[in-house]
Amino acid sequence: MLPTANNCLRRFSQTLTTCRPLMNHRPHMDPSAIRPIETTVRTKLTQALSPEHLEVINESHMHAVPPGSESHFRVVVVSPRFEGLSLLQRHRLVNDALKEELSSCIHALAIQAKTPQQWSSDPKLGKSPPCMGGSKHDHSMADKLQTGRDSIKN
Amino acid sequence: MNNILRLTARCLQSGHHRASQSHAWARLMCSTAGIQKNLEEMVKKDKVVVFMKGTPAQPLCGFSNAVVQILRMHGVDAYASYNVLDDQDIRQGIKTFSNWPTIPQVFFNGEFVGGCDILLQMHQSGDLVEELQKLGIRSALLDKEKES
Repeated sequence: MLPTANNCLRRFSQTLTTCRPLMNHRPHMDPSAIRPIETTVRTKLTQALSPEHLEVINESHMHAVPPGSESHFRVVVVSPRFEGLSLLQRHRLVNDALKEELSSCIHALAIQAKTPQQWSSDPKLGKSPPCMGGSKHDHSMADKLQTGRDSIKN
Repeated sequence: MNNILRLTARCLQSGHHRASQSHAWARLMCSTAGIQKNLEEMVKKDKVVVFMKGTPAQPLCGFSNAVVQILRMHGVDAYASYNVLDDQDIRQGIKTFSNWPTIPQVFFNGEFVGGCDILLQMHQSGDLVEELQKLGIRSALLDKEKES
């Protein structure tokens, strides 16, 4: 499965390079084409929660998945919409916005959901715990990673 | 539950050419409903229930391990834990049950509390000590404070 995916990515990046005129001899790659899941997460959270501050961090490299995966994310969402809501209610809003991705290609999502006041008094990015290799033995990971790779091909 | 079974029986009787489809559907419905019912019992059976990857002695995921470590810090060692990697039905079922897409999942007195992030924030804010107190569990951190 992996060699095929690598071939697909190589062909895709070659296509991008040859299709555009090389003005400064540097291939101009659209970031959303090489990080489609991250882009989608950003877009959906922005639309759903109108955040004043948003960080979407791909943490897949910290886990037992192939390089270039988009399976493990950390998000920091700072929005006045969270005012008066419990942690659970806030996290559910984030989960709902990303329902499709969470049921297909995103395997793990670490969430920090703060009001603007909370964030300004403590603007600290949380740190995910070290991986204990769970994804290595996880049969469902293969499907999720394939879904992620398919979205790059499309 | 009874309605589901009656509907299932009617479907099974309704036509031989649809028998195999209905049979698979009936099996699915019965097992899905069955699992949800089991989960309801499982989360209520113990004060603290954790659905995780691996076991408290050997977690297989950093986020599940974080939950175990936090509970251990508070002196909570006697809790029910279920390894979702052992049972795909439970793994999928608990996500449907709590309407929560990821593992680990923590329940206090049958009520869904959240995952690793929420438990960590509750621990950092001091809310976890309070919530454990409501369960009749005295956090070990209270005793640590007294000592120092």
